[in-house]
Amino acid sequence: MDFTEVPVKQDKKSKMKKTKKLKKNTTMEEGTAEGGPVEGKMEQTEAAETSFPPAFSLSDIKNKQRRHMMFMKFKQEKRKQKLQIRKKKKKERKALGDKAPPKEVPKTIENQRVYDETTVDPEDEEVAFDEGTDEFSAYFNGISNPKVLVTTSDRPHWRTVRFCEQLATVIPNAHVFYRRGLALKRVIPQCIARDFTYLMVINEDRKVPNGMVLCHLPDGPTAHFKVSSVRLRKEIKRRGKDPTEHFPEVILNNFSTRLGHSIGRLFAALFPQNPQFVGRQVATFHNQRDFVFFRFHRYIFKNEKKVGIQELGPRFTLKLRSLQKGTFDSKFGEYEWVLKVSQHFPVVNICVCVCVYVCTVFMYFEDLDRIVCDILFLM
Amino acid sequence: MGERSRLCSVWLGSETGILKGVSVSRKQAFNFCNTSHLSRDQEVRALCWMDPSQSELLVGSVDGNVKTFSTEKGEFTETRCCGDPADGCFVGLAAIGGSTVVTCAESGVLRVWREDSSEPSTELDAGKNVCRMRQSPIHPNKVATGGKENGLKVWDLEIPEKPVFSAKNMRDDWLDLRRPHWVKDMAFIPDSDKLVTCTGFHQVHIFDPSTPCRRPVLEAEFGEYPLTTLSLPSSGNTVVVGNTHGQIALLDLRKGLVRGCLKGLSGGVRGLQCHSSQPVVASCGLDRFLRIHNLEDRKVQHKVYLKSRLNCLLLSSQDLEIKGAEEEGSKNQEVKKEEEDEDEVWDTMEKVEEAGDKLKRKVVEIDVEEEVEDKDEEAPQPQQKKSEKKMNKKNKTK
Repeated sequence: MDFTEVPVKQDKKSKMKKTKKLKKNTTMEEGTAEGGPVEGKMEQTEAAETSFPPAFSLSDIKNKQRRHMMFMKFKQEKRKQKLQIRKKKKKERKALGDKAPPKEVPKTIENQRVYDETTVDPEDEEVAFDEGTDEFSAYFNGISNPKVLVTTSDRPHWRTVRFCEQLATVIPNAHVFYRRGLALKRVIPQCIARDFTYLMVINEDRKVPNGMVLCHLPDGPTAHFKVSSVRLRKEIKRRGKDPTEHFPEVILNNFSTRLGHSIGRLFAALFPQNPQFVGRQVATFHNQRDFVFFRFHRYIFKNEKKVGIQELGPRFTLKLRSLQKGTFDSKFGEYEWVLKVSQHFPVVNICVCVCVYVCTVFMYFEDLDRIVCDILFLM
Repeated sequence: MGERSRLCSVWLGSETGILKGVSVSRKQAFNFCNTSHLSRDQEVRALCWMDPSQSELLVGSVDGNVKTFSTEKGEFTETRCCGDPADGCFVGLAAIGGSTVVTCAESGVLRVWREDSSEPSTELDAGKNVCRMRQSPIHPNKVATGGKENGLKVWDLEIPEKPVFSAKNMRDDWLDLRRPHWVKDMAFIPDSDKLVTCTGFHQVHIFDPSTPCRRPVLEAEFGEYPLTTLSLPSSGNTVVVGNTHGQIALLDLRKGLVRGCLKGLSGGVRGLQCHSSQPVVASCGLDRFLRIHNLEDRKVQHKVYLKSRLNCLLLSSQDLEIKGAEEEGSKNQEVKKEEEDEDEVWDTMEKVEEAGDKLKRKVVEIDVEEEVEDKDEEAPQPQQKKSEKKMNKKNKTK
């Protein structure tokens, strides 16, 4: 193969390579063999002038098909080398037998997680006092019963309306009202006068519900969530019949940090404190990587070890965007936590480790949690 | 108790009524509580130093009591009842001459309390809805107050009838509508007569009482949310402001431009103070963290988790790092040695990642030791926990 020594120019070099590889079936080795001496000479000439190493990258090939071919070959080569290394390692391990070093644990997001220092220790007195005297203490001490007002943004689409109606069947003592373009700051004092404990506003955009403002009423915190993946009852496959009027049990999973505790209590205070086990209905708020998944099921124990569950009710996911102290006042209120997208925190702001924080106690239904969680994610 | 309080260089008041002292050099936080039984009435609203030697703190709580805390002894020495809760919470506390206490409540009642009497010696009305009262560092008799629809007023405590300087609202806007004003915090600029205020309508104003003009001399804006606190760094011409969204910014007072932002806070800023000699600013807020930022490179130097929402903070004027370094030298040496080893490891590694990442690794985690006054139990921190945390530090991801 004759090739002329070309003065140092990247595009000329690639042109040269192109003309040589007219056939699609040239192998990579050939390419590197050709490239090798060319590059070496290039480097020598270049070293005299500048110190930039002549880097050939696949992106210099202008022809899409040829580039794709070269890339496929590159990937195959890489995979081949990887398999060779693997085989070698396996052989070595087998040869060493017992003396082989222990297998390395693969890195996953869950094990790379930084320990969140705000994780609540169950025996912490200060946090216990803080929670015992915060805005939810009236509910947790049994003084007030939840009464929820559900409404939407103005002029909602039928999907949002259905969603609100279904939410009202899931949450006991919930009332749906049409918004009529009223200002929330004016609605709130009226709700307080009528003994409501929660105001839930489902915001809609482009005919689909996409936000939720949950405001605890007398003077409580306001949480703003992003709502996604809303599935109405008719869109859920293999679902059970409509939920009954019984108070459901509540499961709150993975709300282990201080912020998680606040949000967990916010959800827990939506439901009455005395679940009616006769109804066999359960509402689950499962927090994973800062997304809260809501599911509503009916369960039945076939025998002591097997449970059957049917999903009823709407299904949606929530992501917390801000938690504001005080009732709804987005301009002048003080925020306890704001999601800042531009600052990439390690994702754990709400959850850390898997620990079940069950709001209502059921003594003998131990396996339910695990089963519900498993089945949730099979669907 | 005494030795713990002597180590602390930052003092914070929380909503649960606990006074927290943080020793930055030893990376520990201590709780100091008056009673073994916590209550929300004791929520700390204002903190100030009693005397220039900074050996005593004044703690003002919601129920109207002002307690004196001695940093030497590590306990609360005195309690005075300075007003009732009907007047509103304390918005400002100041001390004159080490014995007289000046308090201001939300309803505008400004009182001067002498050492031994239970009645105020001077009382004046600063208007309604006062948000903050601050004392001038040069003239201890001068205080400034401001609030919602209540402009900035500078009072001389010896002449309680009229304010020495009362600011006028800004000119009406381009639609001839009256501009609302809401003074949230103010500070006296050293070496001159001027005052700087921050408002709930995200503005920063400078007033100059020596000029005949009562309107703001300079106006600067930052962000879209109410600015809650401000502080003046020791190097002049700049001001640090914080808002309800957790954004802290450095503003230049010559032209009114934003120099830069300090990142990290996720909740509203409640307390902000610059150190008197080091270019360092401490901030605390509703996200239950104390953060110490360096003003020059705007990075977080220290971050401490304190379990309750924090209302106010106070920095001692001694060096943050040095305090506590002489005590228990061996322990510090151990910690330093470990850090040095780690630094060596990092230095020998190739520098591949960006600066941001590397600095993130260097943010050290801090232990919190709890201690309640009257209970005599000490919960010893197991050494295991510390080493575990250090292991976890190495496994950080982005």
